[in-house]
Amino acid sequence: MKINSPLEAYKYLPQTNCGECGEPTCMAFASKLIDRSGKTSECPPLVKEKKYAKKLKELDIILAPEIRQVTIGVGEKAANIGGDDVLYRHKLTFFNKTKLFFDVSDNLEEAALIERVNKIADFKKFYVGRNLLLDGVAIKATSNDPAKFAAAVKKVAEIGLPMIFCSFNPAVLKAGLEVAKDKNPLLYAANKDNWKEVGELALEYKVPVVVSAFNDLDALKTLAKTFAESGIKDIVLDPGTYPSGKGLKDSFTNFLKIRRAGIMGDTEIAYPIMALPLTAWMAGIADPVSASYWETVIASVFTIRYGDIMILHSLEPYAALPEMHLAETIYTDPRTPVSVDGGMYKVGAPDKDSPVFFTTNFALTYYTVESDISANGIVCWLLAVDTDGIGVEAAVAGGQLTSAKVKDAFDKAGFDLKTDTNHNTLIIPGLSARLQGDLEDTLGANVKVGPMDSGRIPGWIEKNWPPKQ
Amino acid sequence: MAKKMKLSDITNMFAGMDVESLEGVTIEGDIELDLGGLGGGFDPMLAAALGQESAVLAQHFARLAGMFGYPVGFGASAAAPAIAPALAAPKLKDLIPAKFDVANIAEWATQIQEVPIGNTSADGGSRGKRVMVGGEKALPFYFDAPMPNRNQVTIDVFDMRIGLAKAVKENYDEVMDSPGEWAKKNVDKFNADMITIHLISTDPLIKDTSPKDAAKTVEEVLQAVDVPIAIGGSGNPQKDPEVLAKAAEVAEGERCLLASASLNLDYAAIAEAALKYDHDVLSWTQLDMNAQKELNRKLMKQCKVPRDRIIMDPTTAALGYGLDYAYTNMERIRLAALMGDDELTFPMSSGTTNAWGARESWMVGSPLGQDTDWGPREYRGPIWEIVTGLSLALAGNDLFMMMHPTSVAVLKQITQTLFGSIEAEPVDISNWIGTEV
Repeated sequence: MKINSPLEAYKYLPQTNCGECGEPTCMAFASKLIDRSGKTSECPPLVKEKKYAKKLKELDIILAPEIRQVTIGVGEKAANIGGDDVLYRHKLTFFNKTKLFFDVSDNLEEAALIERVNKIADFKKFYVGRNLLLDGVAIKATSNDPAKFAAAVKKVAEIGLPMIFCSFNPAVLKAGLEVAKDKNPLLYAANKDNWKEVGELALEYKVPVVVSAFNDLDALKTLAKTFAESGIKDIVLDPGTYPSGKGLKDSFTNFLKIRRAGIMGDTEIAYPIMALPLTAWMAGIADPVSASYWETVIASVFTIRYGDIMILHSLEPYAALPEMHLAETIYTDPRTPVSVDGGMYKVGAPDKDSPVFFTTNFALTYYTVESDISANGIVCWLLAVDTDGIGVEAAVAGGQLTSAKVKDAFDKAGFDLKTDTNHNTLIIPGLSARLQGDLEDTLGANVKVGPMDSGRIPGWIEKNWPPKQ
Repeated sequence: MAKKMKLSDITNMFAGMDVESLEGVTIEGDIELDLGGLGGGFDPMLAAALGQESAVLAQHFARLAGMFGYPVGFGASAAAPAIAPALAAPKLKDLIPAKFDVANIAEWATQIQEVPIGNTSADGGSRGKRVMVGGEKALPFYFDAPMPNRNQVTIDVFDMRIGLAKAVKENYDEVMDSPGEWAKKNVDKFNADMITIHLISTDPLIKDTSPKDAAKTVEEVLQAVDVPIAIGGSGNPQKDPEVLAKAAEVAEGERCLLASASLNLDYAAIAEAALKYDHDVLSWTQLDMNAQKELNRKLMKQCKVPRDRIIMDPTTAALGYGLDYAYTNMERIRLAALMGDDELTFPMSSGTTNAWGARESWMVGSPLGQDTDWGPREYRGPIWEIVTGLSLALAGNDLFMMMHPTSVAVLKQITQTLFGSIEAEPVDISNWIGTEV
């Protein structure tokens, strides 16, 4: 994006405050354009009226993200990568979470191949109200046989995840494209030896393509520039991912340099970057758990430093879970609030016999507790105590969570344990156990210490609820 | 070969066709061009860089001829890429050479303070070595300026047997009743750069151990190992200043790291003990850059703590449990420091052990039925600690307080690889596609 203030975007808008976009003023709409929560297409006059056509075109150019956005695959599961405007997430936010593609080999037996792809498609982890998922399949032409590759592509395509076709042999890539014409796969890759043929394929089949030059940024930029000038728009960069020693340090440096140049305005290299953490498996690490750990370590480095898409091998939960969580961590919008509003929340339709819990108003804590309770069908009252958005353990240590604060939260919510429940009992987080005595005195209620982790609330309730008189 | 072609035949063949690369080109002679000057392997990248017209032309001719089904024989044909006729189209002609260049960040003009921990005999202490943290002039591992000191890991010791995740506990079970033995094991077996002794039994709600008795544990640890040590309290804001002051006294001259001064306790008492007995202060705030500035300012201005005795702990939240805040808080602090905010130009420390609070690191399985099986927890925990620590290493953290030996080993391996001190056999990754895993 070439501008950073709403005023600059406002100049290109109709300035009529017609309200058709849903915002009260053009200036408000301009703010949304600048923080990228709104698009020019949401301003009907700008799009429909001829007199604004030139302004719309100019505005779209200056609003375009510095790093090109590329789409892989089609439909709901299509993976968008790139589209970033900043080098540090707090400057705005990062867009399009790093996409995790897992490899399959085209010489796998059909049953094994389908099993692995289904495993990729089905992997999920519930997190703050939704599921974290894996993003796609990278089909490796290990056989280097066009027919075999095409057969594998056909099978994988049926499952519907975005695909990367991995081969340096244009004939193999072409065979894959022929059986997946409408699937918009990413071609991996064009290099110094095959760039013409692979470039032609990208043009002919209108698919995104990776340009690859290991540890040679001049060569990488040369390929990207050549492709761009030939009319290929959707380019992804592979500067190589060396798995160890100086090679890995060089790869890290290359990622930093490419992204810095792109954000600083070098449009010839302003494309999404691909990392290949699966090269960890080539580093001579004999033990598979150690190799998987090292792959996750490389994936972590490049999730944080500018990898937009990566190809991984290990599908072990101890690899996939931290990788998914880190991508979520780095790409979460830092502008969203840290906390939920303090107050009394209902989980289900609680009555006077339902248990009463409290937790803090730190958003992550609150949502974790809330999902643990609701997912297990427990109907209850859940009080979010305002701890300035700090979690239970830290808030107890830091003095933001005290018995007085809890009492205050009940008072503000207008909830009285004596009259609003039949049991006059409060269940407190295990991590705040030290407040138990204080709370009994302050609230004049029975205080029971719940589990240290809200994941254990179901088991705890089974044993301890209703409370024995 | 049934038929041999001349270049003129080709140009004639394309007369009137829209083939730009041949416009104005008339070459008489045999197509057997000598490309020997380019070396054994024909390299289009090199050709482009050198502007080798002949090489480029030869490639076009080879492709064009191929397109029309004529066999082409010339010097470099074996090394030239094979071309399937149907793929050839005239849009991609020559490589357009480009040079990559990017500038260093001019605004990173301020160096992070270097802070030593531990006094050797030369400094008036009894430590076998001194640990140095900080001194950066750029974000960690960046090419803008070399990092002067590598990351350091201090492994936790507690002054009493405590509840730990199973994967952690099995490494320490037999030494948990002896802080000295525990510390020794951390150094001898697990390669700890430092030891942190947590005096948690001093908490009035735990054992209410007296400051005097707690100080004996500190002495025991100092005698058991000769690495620098950090001394932690119980987290009780009323008692910690007293406990840390007494510990500082018995450790006089050793330059320990006192953990921690914070805004909700008597930080001045801790600062005073540090100055009186020759120690460093850990300045701890909770995910709040402005509070961090305030506390650092108070330590410097009000308590007269010199700059080379302050390390910051801006708080570590585990992966999946607020690491986004912890990460960005540290990255912002470090960027502000590099750009000259002298209330933040200090090395940072992370309580990476907090990663073990994440349920993913210790729970047998997911509490939610719809999740994919979480797999064996003994492998989940260490990687959770590694990824939490590594993320913060990239944000600018210098010192890591850790727990699991595998996590320590892997975090050291990756941070030292990015630091540039790990030599490894170069790996040829060119055939990663054909490599079976």
